[in-house]
Amino acid sequence: MKQKLKEIHDRAIAALKEIGQIKDLEETKVKLLGKKGELTAVLKEMGKLSQEERPIIGQLANEVRQDIEQKLEEAKKRLLAAEQELKLKAETIDVTMPGKKCTCGHKHPMSIVIDEISDIFIGMGYEIAEGPEVEKDYYNFEALNIPKDHPAKDEQDTFYINGDILLRTQTSPVQVRTMEKGKLPIRAISPGTVYRSDEVDATHSPVFHQLEGLVVDKGITMGDLKGALAVFAKELFGEDVKVRFRPHHFPFTEPSAEMDVTCFACGGKGCRVCKGEGYIELLGCGMVHPKVLKMSGIDPEEYSGFAFGMGLERVAMQRYGITDLRLLFENDMKFLKQF
Amino acid sequence: MDIPMSWLKEYTDVKTDIKQFVEDITLTGSKVEGYTTMGGDIENVVTGQIKKIEKHPDADKLVITTVDIGKSQNLTIVTGATNLKEGDYVPVALDGSKLANGVEIHSGALRGVTSEGMLCSIQELGFDLHDFPEACENGIYVFPEAVELGKNVVDVLDLKDDVVEFEITSNRPDCFSMLGIAREAAATYKIPFHYPEIVVQEKAGGNAADYVSVEIENSELCPRYAARVVKNVKIEPSPRWMRKRLRAAGVRPINNIVDITNYVMIEMGQPMHAFDIDCIAERKIIVRNAKEGEKITTLDGTIRNLDSSMLVISDPQKAVAVAGVMGGENSKISENAEAILFESATFYGSNIRVTAKKLGLRTDASSKYEKGLDPNMAWDAVNRAAQLVEMLGAGEVVKGVVDCYPNKRESWTLSYSPEKINKLLGTNVSEDEMQTIFEQIELKVDRQNHTVMVPTFRPDLEAQADLAEEIARFYGYDKIEPTLAAGTPTVGKRTKSQIITAMVKQNMIASGLCEAMTFSFESPKVFDKLNIAVDSDLRKTVTISNPLGEDYSIMRTTTLNGMLTSLATNYNRRNDSAGLFEIGKVYLPKAVPVTELPDEISTLTIGMYGGIDFYDIKGITEKLFDILGMSEKVEYVTEKNIAWMHPGRTASICVNGKQFGYVGELHPQVAAHYGIGTKVYLAIINMPELIAYADLVKVYQPLPKFPAIKRDIAMVVAENVTVKEIEKVIKQHAGQYLESIELFDVYQGKQIGKNLKSVAYSITFRATDKTLVDQDVTEAMKEIVDNLATQLQAQLRDK
Repeated sequence: MKQKLKEIHDRAIAALKEIGQIKDLEETKVKLLGKKGELTAVLKEMGKLSQEERPIIGQLANEVRQDIEQKLEEAKKRLLAAEQELKLKAETIDVTMPGKKCTCGHKHPMSIVIDEISDIFIGMGYEIAEGPEVEKDYYNFEALNIPKDHPAKDEQDTFYINGDILLRTQTSPVQVRTMEKGKLPIRAISPGTVYRSDEVDATHSPVFHQLEGLVVDKGITMGDLKGALAVFAKELFGEDVKVRFRPHHFPFTEPSAEMDVTCFACGGKGCRVCKGEGYIELLGCGMVHPKVLKMSGIDPEEYSGFAFGMGLERVAMQRYGITDLRLLFENDMKFLKQF
Repeated sequence: MDIPMSWLKEYTDVKTDIKQFVEDITLTGSKVEGYTTMGGDIENVVTGQIKKIEKHPDADKLVITTVDIGKSQNLTIVTGATNLKEGDYVPVALDGSKLANGVEIHSGALRGVTSEGMLCSIQELGFDLHDFPEACENGIYVFPEAVELGKNVVDVLDLKDDVVEFEITSNRPDCFSMLGIAREAAATYKIPFHYPEIVVQEKAGGNAADYVSVEIENSELCPRYAARVVKNVKIEPSPRWMRKRLRAAGVRPINNIVDITNYVMIEMGQPMHAFDIDCIAERKIIVRNAKEGEKITTLDGTIRNLDSSMLVISDPQKAVAVAGVMGGENSKISENAEAILFESATFYGSNIRVTAKKLGLRTDASSKYEKGLDPNMAWDAVNRAAQLVEMLGAGEVVKGVVDCYPNKRESWTLSYSPEKINKLLGTNVSEDEMQTIFEQIELKVDRQNHTVMVPTFRPDLEAQADLAEEIARFYGYDKIEPTLAAGTPTVGKRTKSQIITAMVKQNMIASGLCEAMTFSFESPKVFDKLNIAVDSDLRKTVTISNPLGEDYSIMRTTTLNGMLTSLATNYNRRNDSAGLFEIGKVYLPKAVPVTELPDEISTLTIGMYGGIDFYDIKGITEKLFDILGMSEKVEYVTEKNIAWMHPGRTASICVNGKQFGYVGELHPQVAAHYGIGTKVYLAIINMPELIAYADLVKVYQPLPKFPAIKRDIAMVVAENVTVKEIEKVIKQHAGQYLESIELFDVYQGKQIGKNLKSVAYSITFRATDKTLVDQDVTEAMKEIVDNLATQLQAQLRDK
């Protein structure tokens, strides 16, 4: 019997080495260890053995069985690994082919600029105020200290609906409407569409966008104006940007200023874009004119404030290198998809 | 305003170089547009003397000159000029020289003879006979007297000057003059400013009032009219120094009298006019409103039609000038004028501005007047003109000024508080420093009372804030320390409607659409293009009274045209597909014609074409309503009555039966009007209503603990039975365990039969408290099937 067991073991080991497929392995397992398998057959004969031989052979048979099972398991692992490898090889694809993109739309470049600037000011405690585009002459001019015969009224080339109603030429009327509400302090910006009668060309549009800002509180100084706008410029253009304030004139602020930022093209060295100045004009600003505060029902003795306003098309055009304003209103998908 | 630096320096001794000056004065508030150097492009042109003139052997029209330029070797120069003789002093452009307008001169052969340069005309040096009346019109410039040889012509003719161009803001009419800018420059550098000393000798004696009388009929439009008379006028070119200054300031020299008026205008900012006194009937000047329909021929030879809003200078018979705009031809100074009248008047700015605009005649004078001038300046100006007449020997000044000035403008005082000024600026400027600044710009300071006396040429200084600006300007905006406002803290935020609007945008982008921006005004023709009914309210518009043209004349009442025009642009540029959205306003008048502000309604517009169908665009709107937590409320209702939409492929979008938008296919006829040869899909949604319906409150629903049972059901129904009707029946009869129903197939085809369609649903049942077994849903399924059969004549399909 010992001999038989050893033969079975040797044959099994040899057979397992040869096996190349999982299903052959199963067959071999049944043939060796199954109910009608060779090893089982041998064990059935155990009864014929003597009392002394039985444990010895039993132990041997067990060892043979365990060894065969172990080898079977190893063979299985080997075969599975090989099979997996084959499968993976067969599944090889060309990873340089383009991926499948889910179609996503794009924000308009003007919206990107408006949202970005709005977020900067929201971060500084500003709200977003809104006002009508078809506006009263009073809000667009008079309440901003631009009385009836003022030359500034002519300079702005206004579209009129009738004598009292016009298309706002600036976002500044929203300042007045915000102040009139009487809720103080005020920290607000108002981006929006404005209108001036300029013929359409590469750098002019009768419809364009401005963003206005207004702060009214006790003890607001011109230093605060400079501080707030310097922070804004750094957030929008980067840490390295330098700002310059120049005196200017606006009827609704006093003192008034224009803020220049270092030229985006040359970084301030002077180039063709900035006409050698190193700076580019970004916005107009100033301390809210006491007359304007008063007309809106705010006591200029108690409160002071600053206001600023900027054209947004220029910011977008400079940022993206857009050279023709008309592209912004054509809505060609090939253009819009770039942003 | 062009300011020649050499002229400016007569009033204040600016020492910095031009680049620095431009920067410094910009930072104190006089905005520089740019600067140029007059005569700066001329290089290597020197004085020379013609020693010999010989005939050119091979050309009849050329001569060969030998020119001495003060060097050991004479030059041979070929020229075609005929005005030269031996001994003449001339400008010589050497080999490698540059002339005005960048022309370069090199040696070269002219008909076989080498010319070592070129003799120059005055035009080639960038000037003309107005600047150098002694020059020959068609020939080489010949110096009127001997000059040192080999010298730079730019220096000899004194051609060079730096000219700075300033942008003058409307609040500073005083800066529209040499003196105004000089005063600013002096204050910038805190150096003295010298006002010209004006002395008139009045050698002609007599009394101006005997020569002319002045009457102002409308003193509101003409606060002051001052006149002087000059006898024995001798018209001739003005001297070179005056011509040079005028040219540098951008004015062409004409003759001594015209040049004097221009000179005074540039120097002092006061426009002047000179009349031939013999052309003034009765020698009486009347300043009056024009008569309606009155005509005058202005100095430019044009007949002008006047109206009664315009002011004229007149004599008892006729208008002789459009006040403040242009003189009349009938009183122009002739060559043999004997006596002239210098007018130095002040007119009301806005009136001049409107008149100039109406006449389409904006002159140097009107552009100065329209800013509003100081009447006190008229006195100095008329005397300055008289002084220059005497200086130039252009005539003899009669004694006295005829001055009509009914209401004198007086200086005014303003009080100031150094503390308040510092508080407004955020600075710590001492009162001493403030005083220095005030005095520099000619405010008289009273320290005791903390007041300043404002000169009448500074009407912009009305209150303390204006004084604060003066302090800030000359203290330096750059020295104001930037701070971050302390004050009451505020919370930066967006309103609910702004947040929802942002969500809508984000969702549209996530749906693959690109954001569009279109004009808010358009042509009234779009209504026909859009098939909008003649009596539709949409045709009631806010209309612009002065539009850029009919195409931009009405505020839109629908966003369709902007969107369709954009889609057409894409279609014409052969973009296979386009998906756009816009959130923009429509402007709906409350009444026509407009008497109050219109309603401005924000509107979401979606427009698409290419590779999509109705259900794609509907899906975009459904997803939007999902995100905004309102899909439960929204209903899509068959809509056949929108004129510009496809009657069989359009749905109204409603909440509680009220329409707030629609989605569908554009009527092919309208698509054709826009030249789009494919199906166009549109969705229009009213934003304020969308915002009102949106529900952003989210409440957590527990995740299911027990498994669901799914049943599929397929049925055949008549083609015109809507899915909405089927779903209504299923929902009504599915019992308490219904979780969801999902349409997964709709099919029409031969196997189904004519006018029929197959519709298939997957119905999911689930209980929250137990695992469902088959019996739990069998009854419900039977109910569903029975009711579909009875209510919709649906036949169950075997699968």
